[in-house]
Amino acid sequence: MKLTRRARDHIKSAACIVALFVAWELACVAFRISPIVLPRPTAVISTLIVQMPALWPHILQTLATTMLGFLLGTLIGVALGAFVGVSRSAYNTAYPLLVGFSSIPKVAVVPIFVLWFGSGTVPAVLTAMTTCIFPIVVNVATGLATTEPEMEDVLKALGASRRQVLWNVSLPRAMPYFFASLKVAVTLAFVGTVLSETVAANRGIGTVMMMATASFDVPLVFAGLFALALLGILLYVVFAGIEQRVCGWATRKQDLAVA
Amino acid sequence: MTDAVPLPALPVTETPPLLDRIVQLENVRVRFGTGDASLLALDRTSLTVRPGDFVAMVGPSGCGKSTILKLVAGLLRPTEGNVFVAGREVGAERIGIGMAFQNPTLLPWLSIRQNIMLPLKIVKPYADTYRRDRETVFRDRAEALLARVGLAGFGDRKPWELSGGMLQRANLCRALIHAPKLLMLDEPFGALDQFTREELWSVLQDLYLETRPTVFLVTHDLREAAFLASRILVMSARPGRVVEDRAVDFARPRTLETTFADAFGALTNELRRLIFQARQDQAAIAPATATQETAA
Repeated sequence: MKLTRRARDHIKSAACIVALFVAWELACVAFRISPIVLPRPTAVISTLIVQMPALWPHILQTLATTMLGFLLGTLIGVALGAFVGVSRSAYNTAYPLLVGFSSIPKVAVVPIFVLWFGSGTVPAVLTAMTTCIFPIVVNVATGLATTEPEMEDVLKALGASRRQVLWNVSLPRAMPYFFASLKVAVTLAFVGTVLSETVAANRGIGTVMMMATASFDVPLVFAGLFALALLGILLYVVFAGIEQRVCGWATRKQDLAVA
Repeated sequence: MTDAVPLPALPVTETPPLLDRIVQLENVRVRFGTGDASLLALDRTSLTVRPGDFVAMVGPSGCGKSTILKLVAGLLRPTEGNVFVAGREVGAERIGIGMAFQNPTLLPWLSIRQNIMLPLKIVKPYADTYRRDRETVFRDRAEALLARVGLAGFGDRKPWELSGGMLQRANLCRALIHAPKLLMLDEPFGALDQFTREELWSVLQDLYLETRPTVFLVTHDLREAAFLASRILVMSARPGRVVEDRAVDFARPRTLETTFADAFGALTNELRRLIFQARQDQAAIAPATATQETAA
């Protein structure tokens, strides 16, 4: 049976990923690496499965925190991005501030949030939010600013209002940029959540990893890492799927070259 | 193309204003920028255009042809002078001008038909009934227009599935869908090959003869101007002025045969000579303006 090119590509990349883990496993065995330094992937996965009942509430906690922070970040990011993308003076004012803010390591911000709101979920949500805002703002602003001047002229000559131009052209054109940023933002939101959880919380994967590190349960630390990676991949796939559905027009170009 | 089915009329028809001039420019000057860096794009231009005129503008590049287009379309305000469209100061009331550029700028997320119907979503009075009519009257008109430009059956395709020539045909449809009184064409066929271009001249002429909008066409192709226009304006090099205003009265509909006639060749040669002259004049005054431009 002949496989399609797409299927063969998928099999090839899956094989590469499996090979990577096999190499890791073999290296651990061959060089007799202590599980306290680097546990074997099979050990990590078995720990993940065995500890799942205990880990599950923490995974849910981290997921919920991340999604909440991500949602807030998206709302604020879109609003800011639209503001910055539409108005010249807003761009000039907000951009230096945004660049400056995004340059601050979020680790430095967590203690401030803890100081203001106490430890727990609230600083984690806020850290996730602030971590994921910047790519959304930049992408939405860029997307709104890429309207072709000719298209704008055509619409203005027709008598279109600014709102009509925004609604019919600028917003749909910004969609691919927006969704591309969502994929990045959702993974960044995880980083923010876990960061805050490792510093000041008593629930969540970050907390679990902190406690596991303290008791030298390195396989559990890695199990936490794996859980995070899997959640990140899962959410990335979800948003990539939504992106494909909503603005497939932006990527389909590659499949169907100009007739 | 002359035996083509007539376009279905749009449901709402306005009574055309009884004017002998649809466009009027009075002593218009356009200056870009201020101070030393400013550039006079258009100098003291007066122009009167009657409804139904097909005006082609030719001239050396940078002579302000597109500037006139933008003035009439209300995209640009004159630095001095007045621009009147349909008896009112431009910009006072939008009249839904159809416009097409060399870049087709169709929206990639819409089908060809949706792209073409976009003006109906914006221009009054059609916008008010868009939701009701988009699947009936408006759709029929879009399909009829597509058929007229040779794109029958392509309505459901997406822009990236079409070639450059096909996109430009669709672009023409979008400019005409709302039966505009004014049609602005800025080198619409500039990027097309000779054969497609000549075919589209005939298509455009047919549509023009049927609905008689007032057309402004900016072009670098002198044969295109002579073929399509009822009036040709030759512009001088920057700062732009109209140096020649010539009526073109070859019988319509014109065909490729028309272009082989002696009179046609004589006209294009004359236009070429005039533009050459305009470029020479620019070269003569170049030292004076060159410093100005490098400063800019």
